[in-house]
Amino acid sequence: MRISPAITQRLAKGVLILATISALGVLIFVIGFVLAGGFRHISWSFLTEPILDMGRGGGILPAIAGTILMVFVAIGIAAPLGIASSIYLAEYTEEGRVTQTIRFGINCLAGVPSIIFGLFGFILFVVILGFGWSIISGGFSLAAMILPTIIRTSEEALRSVPKNYRDVAASLGATRWQVVTRSVLPYALPGILTGVILGIGRSIEETAVVIFTAGSAVQMPKSLFDSARTMAVHFYILAREGISNENAYATAAILICTILIINVFAYSLMHRLMRGKS
Amino acid sequence: MTNALTAKKLDLYYGDFHALKNVNLAIAPKKITALIGPSGCGKSTLLRVFNRMNELIAGVKITGEVKIFGRTMNKINLLELRKSVGMVFQRPNPFPLTIYDNVIYGLRIHGISKKDILDETAFTSLTSVGLWNDLKDRLKENALKLSGEQQQRLCIARLIALKSDILLMDEPCSALDPIATARIEELMQDLKENYTIVIVTHNMQQAARVSEECGFMLLGELVEFGNTDRIFTAPSDKRTEDYITGRYG
Repeated sequence: MRISPAITQRLAKGVLILATISALGVLIFVIGFVLAGGFRHISWSFLTEPILDMGRGGGILPAIAGTILMVFVAIGIAAPLGIASSIYLAEYTEEGRVTQTIRFGINCLAGVPSIIFGLFGFILFVVILGFGWSIISGGFSLAAMILPTIIRTSEEALRSVPKNYRDVAASLGATRWQVVTRSVLPYALPGILTGVILGIGRSIEETAVVIFTAGSAVQMPKSLFDSARTMAVHFYILAREGISNENAYATAAILICTILIINVFAYSLMHRLMRGKS
Repeated sequence: MTNALTAKKLDLYYGDFHALKNVNLAIAPKKITALIGPSGCGKSTLLRVFNRMNELIAGVKITGEVKIFGRTMNKINLLELRKSVGMVFQRPNPFPLTIYDNVIYGLRIHGISKKDILDETAFTSLTSVGLWNDLKDRLKENALKLSGEQQQRLCIARLIALKSDILLMDEPCSALDPIATARIEELMQDLKENYTIVIVTHNMQQAARVSEECGFMLLGELVEFGNTDRIFTAPSDKRTEDYITGRYG
């Protein structure tokens, strides 16, 4: 028997709506669960006090500081390197076997599990280069981890800029570099920023890499060569070793809020950049 | 008088494809020269030889000699060449910047940043394309808000600001309505006092209306080149006659 198109249409619509609602529902449930469990234990002193008794008491200020410093090191290295590579790939080379190989390599790297980057960072930065367990080692390893994402998203952003912007600028006598900086980068910026934000997000939530390369010191880091823990690591240890469920929830809640704030900030920034251009 | 553009034994290949075959021509200064022919005949490719835009495409090979006001093209610094031989594209393509920033885009690229020079140039360029009176109070608005015709005028102003000598126009009116087309054609007549204009067009009436000299191209060959009136009334080649009378194309 043939079902009438009107019914299949209604059916399809129903299924799609249901799928969307359940997907969103899971997300809201997870976030709500963590926030509800965490917010009760968050206070001003929780944000501003040192970690006491391995996390049973005190606050998480050192973990916040560790997170910020490590993300800064990671982005400080990965963003310029990644954006420069993507400019080279998108604007300075002709499509061919070499670029295909490079792109294939980048895609493979993007799929490598983070624990491998942790091991790599441990061997190279902690042991061979002798940085020890430190924010520097952690930041460098995180940079290696997010580099492929940044290169990929930036390259896509550059390629989505209409070709005729390049042609017009070139026909007016612009050098390749002027074409890139004046007629391509400004319009690719929102897309490039997306890649950087994704990188920040991934660095903040990463645990495996950080445990391997930055250790998990509870003291306030005094320099980039000190060991430190990030919020994600702190949360992981508290929960894993059954130190304090309350504080684990509270840390997780702050972690989620941080990522939400970064995303909101990034989207509003992007929005503003886009508005100026169209 | 030295010719504005000359090509001798010009051949161009896209990979294995022979796109321009032994093209020889001389384009006189301060005149409008039209290149006509069916799609894919190589007229746009020929136009793009004169500001070396073909070289942005991978796998292009060019042989032969091209001269610009008597100077061998390949001996002229590429950026200087592009400055003196400007191009107007098929679709109006201002940058999504303000009108003012569009006009002086080329000057900024060539390192000019003095405000009084930029302001003066914006004024003279917009005046010479007939936009100043309409737009003088809107210079800070986004150029994409302008009509198609205004955008195309703005793109021409962008070249005038650079003091280009030669304007290459690649079907500059094909995205415009008939009234806008007529007005751009009028502008071309005004501009030829000071500029050498080479226009590629699909539209034979347009070629007949605006140009003084005309070249007919077919399958990469320049079949016939000469006075426009003569080409349209008494073509010497059978293929030209067939095209003009509408047998193909």
